[in-house]
Amino acid sequence: MLAELIVRFLLGGAIVSAFSVLGELFKPKTFAGIFGAAPSVALASLALSYAKEGPEQAAVLARSMLLGAIAFYVYGAACVATTKRERWPVWAAAAGSWVAWFAVALTLWGAGQATGVLR
Amino acid sequence: MIPELRPAGLKDVAWWEYALRFVFGGVVTAVAGLVSHAFGPVVGGLLLAFPAILPASLTLLWRHEGRRQVIEDARGGRLGSVGLIAFAGVVWGTARAWPPAVTLAVATLAWVVVDVGLWAARFGIRRGRTA
Repeated sequence: MLAELIVRFLLGGAIVSAFSVLGELFKPKTFAGIFGAAPSVALASLALSYAKEGPEQAAVLARSMLLGAIAFYVYGAACVATTKRERWPVWAAAAGSWVAWFAVALTLWGAGQATGVLR
Repeated sequence: MIPELRPAGLKDVAWWEYALRFVFGGVVTAVAGLVSHAFGPVVGGLLLAFPAILPASLTLLWRHEGRRQVIEDARGGRLGSVGLIAFAGVVWGTARAWPPAVTLAVATLAWVVVDVGLWAARFGIRRGRTA
């Protein structure tokens, strides 16, 4: 388990860094910002899941990821709204917007469980 | 307006800022694995689209270029999440039928096409104005 975690850490860190470098290469910031929503953690996790558990597990992960990505859109909207507030430090606005991600992701997950879609 | 390649931008970022992003990305990927292990892939999959790196990236951008650029970057992130939805949809729909490398390559291509297309539609035609 520890070896797997180390591999996950290294692969995830490398892919996130690669997309981060790509983001630094472009102007304007509205375009560079796209790389902040790159599927970096997903690529690392899905590749390892394929290798260890197979395609069925990857498909289940991706189905839940779809809900997480919808929550990411709401997080982005919250981030745009909160970072406009001059009195709020950017780190607090961006990290505080995680509440929106958790609220939407868990609500969608709950709805999926209740309706049987996510079983 | 079209996106402009600016290699000099890499020099504006200190090595520890790249290291910070590496650590954030690595930790979230490891945590997603732990959550999948403990609670199953239905819960763990949610974290594959967790916006882990954005608070750190936006805070670093705030230090370098100010709040206005932070807001622009966050707008890009919001738009980019639509491509993330496309990525997840492609993997979900094809994972059982296609080879892993093909699925992940097509899904990544879908992310690029959707996001670049949306960006062009939203910002690309506003000639002469700041995107």
